[in-house]
Amino acid sequence: MAHTTLIAAVAVAFLLGTSATAQAAGPTDPQIAHIAYSAGAIDIAAGKQALARSRNKAVRAFATEMVRDHQAVNDQALALVKKLHVTPQPNPTSIALAKQAAVALRRLSHLHGRSFDRAYAANEVAYHKTVNGALADTLIPAAHNGELKALLQTGLTLFREHQQHAEHLSANLK
Amino acid sequence: MKRIFGIAASLTAAMLVTGPVAAKPAARTATVVVDKLAFGALPSNLRVGDSVVWVNRDIFRHSATAAGHFDVDLPPGARRRMVVRRAGAFTFLCKYHPGMKGVLKVSP
Repeated sequence: MAHTTLIAAVAVAFLLGTSATAQAAGPTDPQIAHIAYSAGAIDIAAGKQALARSRNKAVRAFATEMVRDHQAVNDQALALVKKLHVTPQPNPTSIALAKQAAVALRRLSHLHGRSFDRAYAANEVAYHKTVNGALADTLIPAAHNGELKALLQTGLTLFREHQQHAEHLSANLK
Repeated sequence: MKRIFGIAASLTAAMLVTGPVAAKPAARTATVVVDKLAFGALPSNLRVGDSVVWVNRDIFRHSATAAGHFDVDLPPGARRRMVVRRAGAFTFLCKYHPGMKGVLKVSP
């Protein structure tokens, strides 16, 4: 749990730090698109890992929902960047997110049964909290294109639902 | 042609005969739109026998679920009709996004 919190804290530091220092005016739309898409892809990978490892009905239902919802947002995001002729641009924030996600996937790959379920649920709570904070405080205010902003806003509404669902799941697994 | 007129005349006669019996108001259809992870305006004057058409305009799969009463699956873009069979106040939610909820009120 302490490990999960640390990962979340590091992620927040990256997300906020990047916008405050490297990009005084905030991330650009191509960078925001890459961060948002990466955030979705990370949770899809986590959900697929849970579906491969967990036998718990509630965990599997949650993971199925994560894969389905994040895939829907990312499909929409891809269609939008294509329409806007924007090429998502990798940046320190999206790279840091991917690195931390790889660490979490590795850590969870050594866990089994109830230990895995609890760690997955706790990680989902921390992860959605981090991404939601970044969306609300940094990414949505910085987005220039109206359609991108609207999609991020829908993403935030959805991910807040997920955070609530993850908190409920996590509490039931204790 | 004569035969068609004959059928029409019989139907009219049947409608006139059954008219007074069918004094109960005709069943109506109300539409509830699901968009941006929220249920839209709900009908306020539903009666048993009426229909609710759930329309999902989101890119996400939703449901309209009232435990023990109804469970309507709503994939993205779906349009599903449900006939209201019982009177009461039914608290429902989306089982995938439980923050989405409402109360469907049905009078007898």
